[in-house]
Amino acid sequence: MGAGHAHHLYRRGDSPVHGLPPHTKLAAVLGFVLVVVTTPREAVWAFACYAALLAAVAALARVPAGFLLSRLAIEIPFVAFAVLMPFVVPGEQTTVLGVSLSVPGLWGAWNILAKGTLGVAASVLLAATTELRSLVLGLQRLGLPSPLVQIASFMIRYGDVITDEMRRMSVARRSRGFEASGVRHWGVLAKSAGALFIRSYERGERVHLAMISRGYTGTMPVLDAATTTRTTWARALALPLAALPIRLLALLG
Amino acid sequence: MHVPDGFINAPVSAAAGVAAAAAVAVSLRGARKELGGHPRAEDLGGDRLAPLAGLVAAFVFAVQMLNFPVAAGTSGHLLGGALAAILVGPWTGVLCIAVVLLMQGVLFADGGLTALGVNITVMGVVTVVTAHLLFRGLRLVLPRTRGGVTAATFVAALVSVPASAAAFTLIYAIGGTTDVPIGKVLTAMLGVHVLIGIGEAVITALTVGAVLAVRPDLVHGARGLTAPLKLRVDGELVDAPKLRADGELVDAPKLRADGELVDAPPAPAGTPAPAGAPATRSPRKFWIGGVVTALVLAGVVSFYASASPDGLEKVAADQGIDAKAEEYEHATADSPLADYGVKGVESARLSGGLAGVIGVGLTLAVGTGAFWAARRRGRAADTGARV
Amino acid sequence: MTVPPSLDVRGLAYAYPDGHQALFGVDLTIGRGERVALLGPNGAGKTTLVLHLNGILAAGAGSVTVAGLPVGRKHMAEIRRKVGIVFQDPDDQLFMPTVREDVAFGPAAAGLRGAELDAVVERALARVGMAAYADRPPHHLSFGQRRRVAVATVLATEPEILVLDEPSSNLDPASRRELADVLRSLDVTVLMVTHDLPYALELCPRSLVLSEGVIAADGPTREILADDALMNRHRLELPFGFVPGSVA
Repeated sequence: MGAGHAHHLYRRGDSPVHGLPPHTKLAAVLGFVLVVVTTPREAVWAFACYAALLAAVAALARVPAGFLLSRLAIEIPFVAFAVLMPFVVPGEQTTVLGVSLSVPGLWGAWNILAKGTLGVAASVLLAATTELRSLVLGLQRLGLPSPLVQIASFMIRYGDVITDEMRRMSVARRSRGFEASGVRHWGVLAKSAGALFIRSYERGERVHLAMISRGYTGTMPVLDAATTTRTTWARALALPLAALPIRLLALLG
Repeated sequence: MHVPDGFINAPVSAAAGVAAAAAVAVSLRGARKELGGHPRAEDLGGDRLAPLAGLVAAFVFAVQMLNFPVAAGTSGHLLGGALAAILVGPWTGVLCIAVVLLMQGVLFADGGLTALGVNITVMGVVTVVTAHLLFRGLRLVLPRTRGGVTAATFVAALVSVPASAAAFTLIYAIGGTTDVPIGKVLTAMLGVHVLIGIGEAVITALTVGAVLAVRPDLVHGARGLTAPLKLRVDGELVDAPKLRADGELVDAPKLRADGELVDAPPAPAGTPAPAGAPATRSPRKFWIGGVVTALVLAGVVSFYASASPDGLEKVAADQGIDAKAEEYEHATADSPLADYGVKGVESARLSGGLAGVIGVGLTLAVGTGAFWAARRRGRAADTGARV
Repeated sequence: MTVPPSLDVRGLAYAYPDGHQALFGVDLTIGRGERVALLGPNGAGKTTLVLHLNGILAAGAGSVTVAGLPVGRKHMAEIRRKVGIVFQDPDDQLFMPTVREDVAFGPAAAGLRGAELDAVVERALARVGMAAYADRPPHHLSFGQRRRVAVATVLATEPEILVLDEPSSNLDPASRRELADVLRSLDVTVLMVTHDLPYALELCPRSLVLSEGVIAADGPTREILADDALMNRHRLELPFGFVPGSVA
């Protein structure tokens, strides 16, 4: 939640990964993450293999490593949590460089870091190679209920409009010499937030009028008639399918 | 909080996913009613769910980016659950937060895909429902004025944040991938989140107040303020909203439905908006009782909480939970260290004492929950027919 | 057989549910193919009138007839197809994620699908000169482009009458001219609600003045703009230095 969301992760490109239909990519990422999170933490080598798989996809999609790594920062709060685990988790202790650490804590930290990082990396790859609009379309094709698809579409359509309004309010505030610097300015900021809500809601009402003026009767026309061939699916699902045997081996080992 | 993948084990993640899906499904039905606002919605063709909930979701999304400076370069921002619950109602609130979380997960890799259910449950359902129940409950006991609405908003938002933290801790206790001392984590989590909750409460109350001052009719939680205005004799509440004088008036009928001029309703125009606030006063006693019980309980909880601090481990836990606070801020790009500036305040006694407040909140929430569930059952039939 | 007028409004009165009355008996007729400007000060009831034309507001008294079809519950879908309203803020109007989907919304709601739908969309976009932008999200377009797409979204349903609410607001002079060219090239009936009197003069041979909820004047735009007494009475003002008679 929070800052930095205004910029979507999408990177324009025409790689084979970009070209895959969005729903197959979504399914692939979900499948991959499922495989990852259900892999036993002790199979350290398996996670290295998963990382290698993702690196291969990133290379194929021509997503630079630096971009991918910088987006991993989103995890930092949980890294902090993970780092503390070896100190607070009770259990068998071990000594590393003179510091006493808990063995289950170390495993716990590793578990969170490895799985969380792989999950974020996979999601970043998805977002980096798929346009905003296509992602919603993909969710729709995967069976997300239509009202949710519509709400999400409107949210995306008007997210920028509303963010812009917020920015203009901020410019207007500062143009009149107001610079929020502490708690005592919250009232003014909250007024802006309130005004933003009113504007958003009223816009929603106007949008509804525009919709019914053009024949809306409660259901959005579904215009998406995409068919996905088996080979396309196969290409997209190559990622989780490659990860699956690794996991099975990890279970055996 | 935006829990990543691998934090909660698969079965519990899946269970949370089912719970979240169920909550969203129920909210879809409820939201349709909440937003149906227009007296002739059906006549006009189509409910307003998609455009209005979509715009509110976009608002929540945007307002989370509005930085509220705390001190010395730190700042916080709204989480928005309580705000959404009070401004647009609990159903729409759950729906909007759920969609925002879904989009954040898919578009921004914020929150794991397999943890989506956990995230929606903790940040959407628990926050919104707690805030809503508390708000509704307090509105029954507090004076029916704007001040009453603001006070109820404050408390609802305040409690919603630690309630969410408690829910997270609970889920972690059941399905955490590593055992940590849960009791201590809970105490520290609650302590810190009460502080965050205070920030949330102040901002939410101010924001709701700002909307109330301009368009009281848009505040779902204050519909009781405008609707019974004509029925009672109460000098306090003369601020019946004036309709705006422009074309947007189309929507005005939800304010009042007594056109007397030429407005002979040709179509089924007579049906006023579905009442956002079912007119029940009976549970007032129930509520007073609940508050008293809760306060007593709060004392006990605080006592326990402040009796528990024990040295190093506690501090470590506190620090760990400090990290959790940052999760809430989740400042990813502009201000990686932005939080509500709680670092200096994690004294064990304070957090313990504040935990008492949560005792009140949770008790009220559970009590109202039971009461409300019973009432809903009675109304389930007509909701079911609408979809 | 005579062609029914595109729009016929008789004795239309309306009060909002709070009792505030906005229209006090509006009478007007617009023949097929006419381009008419609706002028009037703020608060005259212009937007209220517009919202009656496609049945969003239901007449308190009187009637609205579109191409011989009375506006009412019975023919609502047909009426909404025949009356194309272009709202003032294109961001309200363009609610779909891409230009193409937005233009397709109306015809798709009317049941069109597949190649037929694609053809309709292409043609509507071509008519406003925006065919090259079909797959763009609306917020990547300039304001003028968005307004033209907004026109295309209603043209796609082949409306009997195009109703434009302040079409020239917020447009730079070039976009303003481009939109005028588009509007002139269309062979549909146009009702243009505007404060922009030179624009009304440029595009609409005939004007109506709506004031205090009734039609206060109806005649050739040039004559109305030249009638100082009338203009003053209804708070209408020409831009500084603009003389209607001097424009060819």
